[in-house]
Order: sequence, then C-alpha cells, then structure tokens
Amino acid sequence: MTKPKKPILRVENICKILGGKEILKSVSLSLNKGELKVLIGPSGAGKSTLLQCINFLIPPDKGRVWLEETEIQNRKKRDLYAFRQQVGMIFQDFNLFDHLNALENVAIALRKVKKMSRQAARDHAVAELERVGLGDKITLYPAELSGGQKQRVSIARALAMEPKIMLLDEPTSALDPELIGEVLSVIRDLAQGGMTMILATHQIGFTRSLADEVLFMENGRIIEQGSPKDLLSPDACSRSWDFCSRLNELHEEGV
Amino acid sequence: MDTIFFTDQLIPALNRGLVMSIKLIIPSGLIGLMLGIVIGTLRTFGHSAVRKAANGYATLFRGTPLVVQLFLLYFGLPNLGIYLDAYTAAVVGFILCSGAYHSEYIRGSLLSIKKGQFLAAQSMGFSTFKTMCSIIVPQAVRRALPGCGNEIIYLIKYSSLAYIITCIELTGEGKMIATRTFRYTEVFMVIGFYYLVLVTMASFVLQKLEVRLKIPGFGKA
Repeated sequence: MTKPKKPILRVENICKILGGKEILKSVSLSLNKGELKVLIGPSGAGKSTLLQCINFLIPPDKGRVWLEETEIQNRKKRDLYAFRQQVGMIFQDFNLFDHLNALENVAIALRKVKKMSRQAARDHAVAELERVGLGDKITLYPAELSGGQKQRVSIARALAMEPKIMLLDEPTSALDPELIGEVLSVIRDLAQGGMTMILATHQIGFTRSLADEVLFMENGRIIEQGSPKDLLSPDACSRSWDFCSRLNELHEEGV
Repeated sequence: MDTIFFTDQLIPALNRGLVMSIKLIIPSGLIGLMLGIVIGTLRTFGHSAVRKAANGYATLFRGTPLVVQLFLLYFGLPNLGIYLDAYTAAVVGFILCSGAYHSEYIRGSLLSIKKGQFLAAQSMGFSTFKTMCSIIVPQAVRRALPGCGNEIIYLIKYSSLAYIITCIELTGEGKMIATRTFRYTEVFMVIGFYYLVLVTMASFVLQKLEVRLKIPGFGKA
C-alpha cells in the first residue's frame, strides 16, 4: 500500500510533568495522511497523556504541534477551538453526554460549535449513527446503551465533526470481550477508508493487521518504532515483542 | 362560631395578602434559582478572583439573618442614596438570599459531574462557556433539583418576613387583624393553612418538573 507522504500532524518534543512526575520526556512523532499509528506500552507509559497533549486537553509544558502547515498556538483560544474541531478524540470510558440521547450526542457539537441548523445537524447525525450501525438506537440515552454501542456513538460523534485526524485512547479497554469486536470493526472500516489515526491499544492482533507503524512507549518515551512486521515478530528481539507476548499469555485475543 | 369574622374580615384580607405573597414568591423563586446557578458555577469553575467574589457573596448572605438583610436593603440603602420601595427591597432580599443557598446545591451537583464530560466537549472544540451552558450545567441542574426545590419551599415560608419592612403580604395582613381583634389563634391557624396549601402546590409543580426533566441514568430508574 502506498500512501502520499505528506505529514498532516507533527508533534515535537512534548514534555509534561504531572504531580512532580515526568510523564512525557520529549516525545516527537509525525503522521502522514491516511496513516494509522498504534501506541502500545504498559500502563503508566504516558500514552493517554501524550494523546491528550496533542489536542491540548492537557497543555504540554514544552513542545510544539503542527496540523498540516500551521503551528497550533494554544494560547489563542479561538485557534485552539478551531484546531480541536479537526482532531477527533475517542476516550476509553466513552464520555458520552449523559443527559443527551444518541442523536443529540452527535448533533450537539454540530449545532453549538459548527453552527449548523437544528435540522441539518439532525440529518447529519442520523447519517453518522447509521454508518456505525446504530440507526435504530438514535433515541436511546447513554444509560440505555451497551458499552460497545456507547463507544460507537462516541465514534459517530467524533466523525460528525469531519476531523482530519482521530486520536483513539484505548477505545476497547473498558469493554467486555464480546463487545470489542463491534468497535474494532468500525475502527477497521475507518482505517480502510483512509482516516488518519493514532490509536493507543492493547489489541495486538488488530495492530498487526492494520497499523502502518507501531510506537512502543515506556516511561514517557517512545523507545521503539517501526512496522508491525519488524517490531512484533519473535525474531525482532524487540521490547515491543516481549511486551506483546506477555499480553498474549494473559489472554488469547480473538482479533 | 363567628363565621362573619372569617367571611367578612379575615378571608378577604388574607386573600389580598396571598396575592402579594405570590407576587413576591414567583419572581424571587425564578430569579433566585437563576442567580444560584450562575453563582454556583462561578464558585466551582470561575477563575480565582471571580471565585473568591462569588464565595464572599455566598458567605455573606448565608451567614447573616434574612431580617438583617431586609432591614439593610430597606432602611440602610437610603443612606447611600438608593431608595427601594418595600416590595422591591423584599424581592431583592429574597433573590440574594435564595441565590446564595441555591448556589450551594448547584455547586455540590457540579462537583459530581465527571471530568470526562468536560474533556469530551472540549475535544470537539466547545469553548469553556459553551461546555458549561450545553453540557455541564444541564446535568448539574437535574441533580440539584431536589435540593433547589427545598430552597423554594423555604422561600415560600420566609417570604412572610416581607411584612417587617412594610410590604404587607399574607402574614402581614393576618397580623394586623390579629392585633386589632386579638384573635391570634384563629388567624394564625388560617395563615398556617394558607402556607400549607402554597407549599403543597409548589411541591406538586416541582415534582412534575422533576418528572419532565427525568432522563435515563439520572435519578431513580
């Protein structure tokens, strides 16, 4: 598969100290259009913090972020809000708006942020929910949805904003094993449709089959990076392989 | 029993007072609740200076008796060249007092909203203000409603203090008749009954509102 080599996102030397502990130690990465990069690594490695620093939900202490040619000036609120509209984010625990039904969850940002009319927002939201296979669940509230359905609503909500890239923070970690598949299949469709994504996950099989590059994080640094073939094979002698084989010992995953 | 006293004197006077009480309670209740929502939000999420000012307001109005506040509004403000008529002074006093209490209920419920709600909105480009208005406050108000309803019921009863600054409402009208006729027992029993009816109606409306705003996942299933 050849993809055009044009970095859409560039992150340089992100540092973050939280509670006196160095969580990120000068992390850099770049992402080409249509690429799927997978962040793996033990918990506490800084994967979530890195993703949240990229869209400034956690403001990094140091470091710079570019989207296409533009450097993000996170001190200018207006620029920051415009940037975040172009970067979709999926959270481990879904974070659906609890007081809104599935349809309104997807439509609210279209109305309040993108200033679409109520009807246009509704139509767009319905289309996005149908795309993730929830066309028949649009009136249900988060408390009435299963975990997998909630995560699919949250993916529809992010996609409705028509982001240029997506950051997915362990989207299947809070799900029962039998619900993981439905979410992964939505993400797989996205990847095959050419969506640019950074995905933090422990789903090694999924990573192996779809990732363009694997970034292995430990103690706030990316310590290995390369194609899944190079990093995740037994003869690679990599820290990544070691980690993944230990994960596999814990549970044989089905993807 | 002397029914003429009731039908000709007491009931017409109390009905007149009741109208005034309602005129005091409705604007005070509505504006007080809105003030409480704003102050509660500022106390929870405002920047340091704003938060201190809002906390100061709540401390002041929760920490002093309502009678003192009413006297200062009605008799004290003229010293600064501000003249409020009795009705306005009473409504302003009630709004400020109930707003301070509401802010505490709202603050408590805001603190119970998970941070993820805020992050999710921010991640889609919501400004902080829009996040508050569209996502956080609508959830918090639902959780605060039982407490806020409690405060509104209090308000109905402490509106009886308005007569102290010469805004003659239900209690005031009754008190005048009682003083004139010295029939305190009958008069105040009837007044008590009037308040009981008012509170019962308010509880009914609040309950309807709770049902109306009910959403799966908030409150009992």
